[in-house]
Amino acid sequence: MVALDFNTLNSFHLDVLREIGNIGAGNAATALAKILDKRVDMKVPQVRVMDFSEISDMLGGAETQVVGILLGVEGDISGNMMFILDLQSAQLLVNFLMGRPSKTDLDYDEITLSALKEIGNILAGSYLSALSNLTNLTIKSTVPGLAIDMAGAILSVPAIEFGKTSDFALYIENEFTDGLNSVIGNLFLIPDNDSCSRLLLALGVA
Amino acid sequence: MEELVKVGMADLKAARHPSKLTTLGLGSCVGIALYDKTTKIIGLAHIMLPSSRIATVVTNRAKFADTAIVDLVDDMVNLGANRKYIIAKIAGGAQMFAFTPNSEIMRIGSRNIEATRLILAELKIPIASEDVGGNYGRTIAISSEDGMLMVKTIGSGIKYI
Repeated sequence: MVALDFNTLNSFHLDVLREIGNIGAGNAATALAKILDKRVDMKVPQVRVMDFSEISDMLGGAETQVVGILLGVEGDISGNMMFILDLQSAQLLVNFLMGRPSKTDLDYDEITLSALKEIGNILAGSYLSALSNLTNLTIKSTVPGLAIDMAGAILSVPAIEFGKTSDFALYIENEFTDGLNSVIGNLFLIPDNDSCSRLLLALGVA
Repeated sequence: MEELVKVGMADLKAARHPSKLTTLGLGSCVGIALYDKTTKIIGLAHIMLPSSRIATVVTNRAKFADTAIVDLVDDMVNLGANRKYIIAKIAGGAQMFAFTPNSEIMRIGSRNIEATRLILAELKIPIASEDVGGNYGRTIAISSEDGMLMVKTIGSGIKYI
């Protein structure tokens, strides 16, 4: 398998990757809407091929404190999935799941952390199963890890993998919002270099 | 007032006095701040990976500890720094996620720290202070005034090393 050269990605490739984001995240948004029992909208997915220096500023500043849930992707493709929430959204989501008033302060205890990880699990699982159906590839996610810290520090973790073979990183980003247009979170599929070409190939795009 | 210049991921910069260099949101990456107190010339590198030897083609030398540190020292010397007076302060190399799928990603922080120490030793640059490891992100900034390295974390605020 020849690794994909990000410099040769044309607008057609980007369209296909964006469509992957659409289908995967569409499924994930439905799952999230079921959990929350309310409408969840998503914006048009963005395929970002970024220089490393741009990554840390992707979510409104490298130092912004966010909740990051990271899952590995394995099977016929490999890479990572990441779900990023701001603290307010994390609070809303967890309180909703626990049946508490929405303004209840979160003390990031064991139960809260596992609730957040479970949300990541469900979103990644539904995203990847849609992707798996579409491509006929076997795609699974691994046990999630969680960090609450600076956005830059969290987003850099999957980027390092790209660093070994490339000077760019590819993030397929989906933003979820609720009916009131407040951001719930950003879901990223970050296929590694080889997997990106494998995905395109499975969809008949060489 | 000195200007605050940003150094991105896989990037490095050297500057004359008066100046201040910063890099935001270091996770498993390592920030290497160099200082020559005789000329007050500073340098800062933000490396992602330990060694350029794993790469088939090296197009960005600032990405790897081994090549970045060598280049940063050269850049400082070109600005007039005195190689034998350069000292180092390092920060970062955290393990951001307790459970990560791939053990290699998990260990990358400590491997970056090890490689950084090794290269600095080879170049005979002493490490004056360090704030490495842990499981949290850091923002750092070095000032040419006194060579102090500011380390900021969400959990414990600001300190100078």
